[in-house]
Amino acid sequence: MRGLLPFLASRLLRAAIALWLVSTVVFVVMRLSGDPVPLLLPPYAPQSEFARVRAELGLDRPLPVQYAVFLGSVVHGDFGQSIHFRQPAIRVVVGYLPATFELGLAAFALALLVALPIGIVSAVKRNSAVDQATMALALVGQSAPTFFIGILLILIVSLKLGLLPTSGREGWQSLVLPALTLGAFTMASIARLTRSSVLEVLRADYIRTARAKGVSDAVVVAKHTLKNAAVPIVTITGLQFGTLLGGAVVTETVFAWPGIGRLAIQSIYNRDYPVVQCTVFISAVLFIVINFCVDLIYGLLDPRVRSS
Amino acid sequence: MASSILASARAEPAPSRARRTRALAAGGAVFVALLIVAALAAPVIAPADPIRQSLRGRLSAPTLSGADGRSHLLGTDHLGRDVLSRVIYGARVSLLVGFAAVIVGGLVGATLGLVAGFRGGWTDSMIMTLADAQLAFPFILLAIGIIAVLGPSFHTLIVVIGLSGWVTYARVLRSQVLVLRSREFVDAIHALGGSVARVIARHVLPNVLSSLVVIATLELARAIVLEATLSFLGLGVQPPTPSWGGMVHEGREYLDSAWWISTAPGIVLMLTSIVVSRTGDWLRDLLDPTLRGE
Repeated sequence: MRGLLPFLASRLLRAAIALWLVSTVVFVVMRLSGDPVPLLLPPYAPQSEFARVRAELGLDRPLPVQYAVFLGSVVHGDFGQSIHFRQPAIRVVVGYLPATFELGLAAFALALLVALPIGIVSAVKRNSAVDQATMALALVGQSAPTFFIGILLILIVSLKLGLLPTSGREGWQSLVLPALTLGAFTMASIARLTRSSVLEVLRADYIRTARAKGVSDAVVVAKHTLKNAAVPIVTITGLQFGTLLGGAVVTETVFAWPGIGRLAIQSIYNRDYPVVQCTVFISAVLFIVINFCVDLIYGLLDPRVRSS
Repeated sequence: MASSILASARAEPAPSRARRTRALAAGGAVFVALLIVAALAAPVIAPADPIRQSLRGRLSAPTLSGADGRSHLLGTDHLGRDVLSRVIYGARVSLLVGFAAVIVGGLVGATLGLVAGFRGGWTDSMIMTLADAQLAFPFILLAIGIIAVLGPSFHTLIVVIGLSGWVTYARVLRSQVLVLRSREFVDAIHALGGSVARVIARHVLPNVLSSLVVIATLELARAIVLEATLSFLGLGVQPPTPSWGGMVHEGREYLDSAWWISTAPGIVLMLTSIVVSRTGDWLRDLLDPTLRGE
């Protein structure tokens, strides 16, 4: 376990800096957005009323003070009142989180379930028709825009074939297409990565030795190959999980899935900035925490990483 | 299975692979050429005005003789506008925003990378921490937050998309500077009174040119998809200006009855993204295999 503590400390520091940067950007953007007071008051409110609300929100104080106060309230999870929902923004966002988690986990599980076998088969049957077809599909999955994958799935699977619902969140049927859409990029990346790491291991000397010893092919693949190909797969897989959160905005909008991504877009239309800021911030926290955990797992799996 | 593992050690016969790669590359080149011509000469090529509405010709399926007596090869949308013309004009938006964003990102990234490399010390760690932090975050969320507040406009879009991609340029330039800085001839140039600008122009840039071309190509694909995504979400190019993402969004409600409104621009966008990013991959393998890991 040599070097684990310094490694931990440096990763923690990085996470903390990233969080601070995100909150600062949120603050700056909020200031750029101009005066929120006219949004809160009726159009012909008297000047005294404007001054009172401004003082109440702390907008009459100097910027550095406002910044300090903002950081303080962020630490306490206080993003102000949602204008649309008329309750604390943080409570609104937390209420929409479970749907996003459900979608993210489903997408991730689906991606792994499909991509790992495909990657292994492609590597073992290299250059076969199966390999070429799935890898071509993976390339498409990696460069096709998420929202259009969703639209195509709705058009073909829901509307033409009538197999699954087009939108909403009722039962597992409505989860399949959004999970497939959100997971498409991840699925493609994991399939390609699995293929290349398995190929790499298959070329290694110890595999040749194992085969020379008369170990059967199935055992070579299952025992020697997969174990050694796992490290890069685990890392990229973990990082992909964070990226899923970003894709959730698009997928949830396409499928009217009631998660925080769709909430963010709707809040923009409603000009409900406290909720927008809170969503951006909460997603950032989630993303950073997940990345931190991935780094940690990676550091435990592969001691070489700690020194870099 | 025994034969398959043995087979995996053997490479595919070279001629067939080379022929296929050539065919694909040619197809991609033709597609990109068509796209650029479409964008440049949109007013000449497009069969109709992309924002001219026609109530009589609404939601017409792809046809050679529409209700308004014109041909609509890709049909018309919910306002009776010719989809083909809109897709052609949409190429302008995609390529304009894409190239502009790549230039913005490249300039910012190159400058920051050079500064980080030459200054070193505190400046360097500041810039690289910023880069790490940005990579550690799904940029689309920040982009949404910023555009939500500033309001969508062409300029905001280009700056936001451009800034989302500066990190890779910065890293490549910085590491090149670090490599050169330790070399004696750079000290010699300084000693002889040569400026930093000269070192950059004569020694840094020529060394990283191929890497920059590869990065810029991959970034172009990313920028085009990001623009389309933001336009799809209503945060990018605003109607009635035709953009591929916006068109897919407009057609979303008519998917059941008029599938062509969404699918035509969507397929063109998808092909563009695949062709450009494959070109980037191909350039990388050709020019700069060291970038593979990133």
